[in-house]
Amino acid sequence: MKTTLHISICVAILWVAMSFTGDLKSKKNNGSPVSISFEHFVGNEILKLDSANYKNALGQTFTISKFKYYVSNFHFKNSAGKDVTIGGSFLINEDEEETKKILLAKIPEGNYTSMDFIIGVDSLHNCSGAQSGALDPVNAMYWAWNTGYIFLKLEGQAATSLSPGHFFEYHIGGYKQPTNCIRKISFDLSKSESITKEIKIKVNVLEILKTPSAIDFSKLSSVTDLKNATVIADNYKDMFELISDEK
Amino acid sequence: MKNKIVYTLFILIAVFALCNSFVIENPYFKISKKDVKLKIPKGFPKPNYNFKKNKLSPDIFVLGRKLFYDNLLSKDHSVSCASCHQRIAAFAHIDHKLSHGIYAKIGTRNVPALQNLIWKDAYMWDGGVTSFEMQPINPITSPIEMDESLANVILKLQANKEYVKLFKKAYKDTLINSERILKALAQFTGLMITANSRYDKYMQKKDTFSLAEKNGLQLFRTKCASCHKEPLFTDNSYRNNGIKMDSSLNDFGRGRLTEIEKDYQLFKVPGLRNIEMTYPYMHDGRFKKLKDVIEHYSNTANHSEKADTLVSRIGSLSAQQKKELLSFLLTLTDKEFLYDRRFADPAMLQ
Repeated sequence: MKTTLHISICVAILWVAMSFTGDLKSKKNNGSPVSISFEHFVGNEILKLDSANYKNALGQTFTISKFKYYVSNFHFKNSAGKDVTIGGSFLINEDEEETKKILLAKIPEGNYTSMDFIIGVDSLHNCSGAQSGALDPVNAMYWAWNTGYIFLKLEGQAATSLSPGHFFEYHIGGYKQPTNCIRKISFDLSKSESITKEIKIKVNVLEILKTPSAIDFSKLSSVTDLKNATVIADNYKDMFELISDEK
Repeated sequence: MKNKIVYTLFILIAVFALCNSFVIENPYFKISKKDVKLKIPKGFPKPNYNFKKNKLSPDIFVLGRKLFYDNLLSKDHSVSCASCHQRIAAFAHIDHKLSHGIYAKIGTRNVPALQNLIWKDAYMWDGGVTSFEMQPINPITSPIEMDESLANVILKLQANKEYVKLFKKAYKDTLINSERILKALAQFTGLMITANSRYDKYMQKKDTFSLAEKNGLQLFRTKCASCHKEPLFTDNSYRNNGIKMDSSLNDFGRGRLTEIEKDYQLFKVPGLRNIEMTYPYMHDGRFKKLKDVIEHYSNTANHSEKADTLVSRIGSLSAQQKKELLSFLLTLTDKEFLYDRRFADPAMLQ
C-alpha cells in the first residue's frame, strides 16, 4: 500500500516536472545554444603541458606548464543588422578540459555574419566587487593589491631564461588606459548559411611570443608590470583563428 | 546527604544556564535590523559603496563580525583582522609603526583606520584597491599578513559547524564561497561610520568649542583643509607630504602601481577622524605623536623639494598656532564610535 503511494507520488512529481520543462521549451523554442571550443596549439602541434618542447620565433626551446585566460562579452551580428550580446566571462584553462568548450545561452535563429568577443574582463566587471563563478578570485586570476583580473597566464620553462629555475611567467592584465590589455577579437561568419551551432577556434600559443614583438626569453622572462603587459597583449590579439563553424 | 547533592546539582545547573544565556544571548552583542540600517550622517556626501548589491541584514553582519575577529582566516590561526585593526584605535593598530602579521613578520606600512570606508574610492596607502568588497583578499593572502589562500579559508569554514550554521542563517543555504565571505566582511566594516565627534556636534550647534579649538579650526581651514577636506577630512587624492623616503622600506607609494614617474612617493591623504587614537602617524608610522606631525608640516615639509605645493605653502606656525591646531584635532575623537557595541568582539565579555 505504502509503496504504491510512493510510486504514485513520484509519478505525479515527474509528470509535473516534465510538463514544466515542456512548457519552458515551447515558450523559448526560438533559438539554439551555441558551443565554442577552444583548441590549444603551439604552431601546428596540439599543446601538451610540461612534456613537449617547443621553439619560439628566435629558435629558443621552451616548455609550457600553465595556460589560462578569460574570454568575455560574446556578440553576434546577423545579416539584418540585428545584434545579440551574451555577456559574462569564461575562464579557459588548458589544465581543465571541461573549461575548453563553452556553451553560450540560446541565440535566436538567423543569418549571422560576424562574431566578436574580448580577451580579458571588461572594466565594469573588474570593478564589480565580490563575484562568483568564473570571476571568483579563488580561481587565482585576480590581483588583490592592484584591483583587477589577470586576463591571461602563460608559464613555463626556457633554458635561455635567466630567472631562477629558468622559468618564464607572463601574467597579463589591466583594464585602464593607457595600459589596457583588453583586446577585441572579431570573426567573419558571413559564409554561414543558418544558425551557427558549434564554433571551433584554434588558439595558437606561439602567437603570444611572436608578432608584432618576438619575445626573447633571455630578456623578458617575467611580466607582471603594465608596460610589458601591453606588449604581450598586442601579441595575443591574433592568437585566435576560426577553424570551423558547423551549421 | 542526598538532599545536599540534589541541591548542589540544582545550583550548578542554574549557574550554568545563567552563564550560557549570558554568553550566547547577551543583548549587548545582539544585532537588530535597526543596528544594520545605513544612516548617512548629516552633511556627508553620497557614499561610493551603497550596499545595493549586498543587502544589509543582521545575520550577514553577525557573520562578518565573527570572520573579522577570527584567527581562522590566517594560515596558522595566529592572527585575525582585529589583531591589527583594533576597535579602540578606530580599527588602526595602536602604538604600532608597522604591524606584525603571521610568523611575527613586519610589514612595510602603517595600518590605516577602518572608518567611513564606504566614502573612499580606493583603499591602501597607494589606492591600489578600487573595490571595497575585494579589499580583504590583500591581508588574507599576503605572505606577511595572514599568508592564507581563499580556497583554504573556504575549506576551514566548511569544516566548522558553527560557520555552516551562520552561513545558513545569513544566506538561507549552506554554500560557502568567497563572494559571501567578502560581502559579509563588507557589511561589518562598511557600517563603521564615525560622525559623532565633538567637531560634528559643534557643526550642528549641539556643542561649543573653546577659544583655542575655534582658532584651531580656523587655522585648519586655511592651512590643511584643501587636502583634508571636511567632513571626511580627506579629498581622496594622492600627494607627497614632504617626508623623506625611508631607504630601508623603499616604498614608492602610488608609483609602484601606476609606473608613472610623477606618482612616485605619493600616498593617499588619510582622513583625520579619531586621529587622537590612531598613533603613530604617516604611511610608515614614523611620527609618534600628533605634535611631531604638526612640527613636520610647520617645519621640515617646507624644505622638501618633492612636497606637494599645498604642503610646502603651509609655512611655519607659531607655538600658539600649533597648540590651537592640536586642540582642534582632538575634537575629531568620536567616543560613540570607539565604544560602539556593534563592533565589539562577542567572544570577549565586556
